[in-house]
Amino acid sequence: MSQEAIKEKSMILQKEMIEGLFNDLDHTKELGKKVCYTFVPGNLSELIRTFDMLPVYPEINALQSAMRKKSGGYIKEAEKNAHSEDVCTYVKCDVGMMMKGNIGPTGTKIPEPDVLLLSYTGCFTFMKWFETLKREYPNAKVIMVHTPYQENAKMTPSMVEYMVKQFKEEVIPQMEEVTGIKYDEAKLKRMLALSKEAEDWITKIFDTTKHRPSPIDAYFAGVYYIGPINIGFRGTEQAVEYYKELYSEIQERIRLGLGPITPEGEMKEEKYRLVVEGPPNWTSFREFWKIFYDMGAVIVASSYTKVGGVYDMGWRHDPERPLESLAEYCMNCYTNLNIPQRIDLLSKCITEYEADGYITNSIKSCNSFSAGQLGMMREIEDRLEVPVGFIESDLVDPRYFSYSNIKNRLESYFQMLEQRKMMEKETM
Amino acid sequence: MKDLKQIINECKDLAFDLNFTRAKKWKEEKPGRVLVGYMPIYFPREIIHAAGGMAVGVFGGGDRKQIIKGDAYYQSYICHIPRSIMELALDKHMDHFDGFIFPSICDVIRNLSGIFKQHKIGKFVKYMDFPQNFLPQIGGVFYQQEMEHVLEYIKEINGKVPTTDELNHSIALYNKNRQLISEIYAIRQDFPWRLTIEEVYYILRAGTVIPVEEHNEILEQVVAHIRQNIGVPQDKIKVVISGAFCEQPAIGLIKAVEEAGCYVVDDDYMLGSRMILGDIDTTTTKPLEAISNSYIKQSQYSSSIYDVNNPKEYRLAKIVKERGANGVIFASASFCDPSLLDAPIFQNAFNKLGIRYIAFQYSENINQFKVIKEQVGAFSDSIKLWEDEPAAVSNINLTATDSCKH
Repeated sequence: MSQEAIKEKSMILQKEMIEGLFNDLDHTKELGKKVCYTFVPGNLSELIRTFDMLPVYPEINALQSAMRKKSGGYIKEAEKNAHSEDVCTYVKCDVGMMMKGNIGPTGTKIPEPDVLLLSYTGCFTFMKWFETLKREYPNAKVIMVHTPYQENAKMTPSMVEYMVKQFKEEVIPQMEEVTGIKYDEAKLKRMLALSKEAEDWITKIFDTTKHRPSPIDAYFAGVYYIGPINIGFRGTEQAVEYYKELYSEIQERIRLGLGPITPEGEMKEEKYRLVVEGPPNWTSFREFWKIFYDMGAVIVASSYTKVGGVYDMGWRHDPERPLESLAEYCMNCYTNLNIPQRIDLLSKCITEYEADGYITNSIKSCNSFSAGQLGMMREIEDRLEVPVGFIESDLVDPRYFSYSNIKNRLESYFQMLEQRKMMEKETM
Repeated sequence: MKDLKQIINECKDLAFDLNFTRAKKWKEEKPGRVLVGYMPIYFPREIIHAAGGMAVGVFGGGDRKQIIKGDAYYQSYICHIPRSIMELALDKHMDHFDGFIFPSICDVIRNLSGIFKQHKIGKFVKYMDFPQNFLPQIGGVFYQQEMEHVLEYIKEINGKVPTTDELNHSIALYNKNRQLISEIYAIRQDFPWRLTIEEVYYILRAGTVIPVEEHNEILEQVVAHIRQNIGVPQDKIKVVISGAFCEQPAIGLIKAVEEAGCYVVDDDYMLGSRMILGDIDTTTTKPLEAISNSYIKQSQYSSSIYDVNNPKEYRLAKIVKERGANGVIFASASFCDPSLLDAPIFQNAFNKLGIRYIAFQYSENINQFKVIKEQVGAFSDSIKLWEDEPAAVSNINLTATDSCKH
């Protein structure tokens, strides 16, 4: 007899938030709200909300299509229309979904965009994606925000100034034009104060993996935890409430000495603590996760949970510098960091969370993450003498998830970790 | 004046000299000279010239460099050029270079800049963030700051700060370079048999690894030669090549297209050398602003430039029309995001505009072209033999191109 999954209060809160957003999207005309398509990295949620717009995230639609086993069909649809096999599958899944009627995860049609807000952060493909969408939605206003890359491992005053000028002279006037709403900086500041609060909470949440056993999985469960802060709720009371509740639940798990919750209940024994680089595979997400928790492996930190913002190093939104702060936020997302910065950040995670190993999940169609991963892995191995592992899959293309290959590689990797642990015990 | 064949042979040797011997010799001739390698697509070489340096094009190892170490840095699903550039760097082909510029064209080249930094290759590594905002007071100012950043690096090496006059002089030299290249293309538009696309390629690529003054002399001689009535016309269609702006096809593939029945009357192989359309102002007291304005207001379309207010499909269609081409060959490097992500945009538009095209993919190190040659041959035959009006693009309404300004 199947057992009904027990949902914690934070899970219910998150479900309500997302259902509420999709419900609003179903009633944009009645609500008189404009629709803004945008991306997770460098998302300007607070600014979008300042103008009472509703956000739609094409890459979130794509990953949800993958989890509902629909992405394969959508991708094939796009490939029939001259999209190459070798490019980002998020793009193709989104285009295919559009060609099939743009039916979203709730089974209703996602409204067309009034604004395509391209905060071009850390991913060149985003730009190409919106060039494609603009041709599909000729009536949408495209607002481009060019986010400079942290090529020299820093955000310079001229980079901030460049972005602020774009906000002031391009983004805000165009948002005012589309929505008919005047820019209200006081409103933005109030939201940024809430953003800061949510960012404090999420940092504390991901820091709980320092405990043994780790009370959470910072990759497979982490992708759910980053949902509210990344998909339009940053800057809201709801997000703060969600993260407070989640933190409180995790504290209770720590008090009881419990490990992470998995789809099959609590993980009983924490055998290996890992740091993972790269996005997860979404088409076989549960099977992928199961390989790890079946082996007693918990992810104590991941780069993917930083893709919508890096808060570990202390950076926060600052209501006293609203536009400057939004600029810094955009520039500070993980894929906008240069390769040496990424290595330093991941090394810090491995050290501070006392990881036993480092795994790269290399995504075929995401060069923003993948190009450079092999060199990063070697440097981390040399620097920290930590065992490293490498697997390959894809974001939402089921053709590139080979369960047996991945399982074999991971089993070999875990054997290596086990061997190393035994040797360490012998030498102690 | 040298014989045309001799010029072409010399250019061929220069273009594929993976040790960059001419650049090295140039640097050794005078203290204070610096060499700066730049990756595709475009970099304003003028500023390096004015600062007493030479910008040297690094377009990968092609099919002339066996990749051993480079493959260890890249997964199989990433394009070939970064691994061959790594191979060149690790095998010390570029040890005499002082710095490296990685223009913002895609995530792979961007992250390659990080790998160069990680390995401390060169005295400086600069990811050059070209603006995607095309307002002079916003994106233009940012671009000027990027150029100033490059000049600071050069100053740290040779202490040289270029004056306004020096910058204007360098701009003038490159203006001349672009004018001469344009003239070659203009002559070939009507008389493509006078110089093959293979020969054009040698001549242009040589210009990326030698001083601009020398290249201008070569170009002047080439122009003088092809103004003469040389060569014999053949029964070929005219095509434009698009999509091969970064990783370069092997020379065998460049030849194969013309051998299969096409005259290539325009292409984007060496797009960087032709990126700026027309002259850059040399009379201003703000030469960096002039360079910046030229990029914003008079650059060629590119898969790496945000184009929403400047649709690339109409820009390419306009080139096809103006060159009198019969069709387009989309040639993309395998796994090249910018080129491949543009493919549906071009192809959907060309289906509506009635422009004939074919598409294929290549890799710089692959030199087996039988299938591609057959594909191109069939394309050429289909236009020559079965179309009533081969110049099918002559009647296209390109009103959208009237607004082709950023």
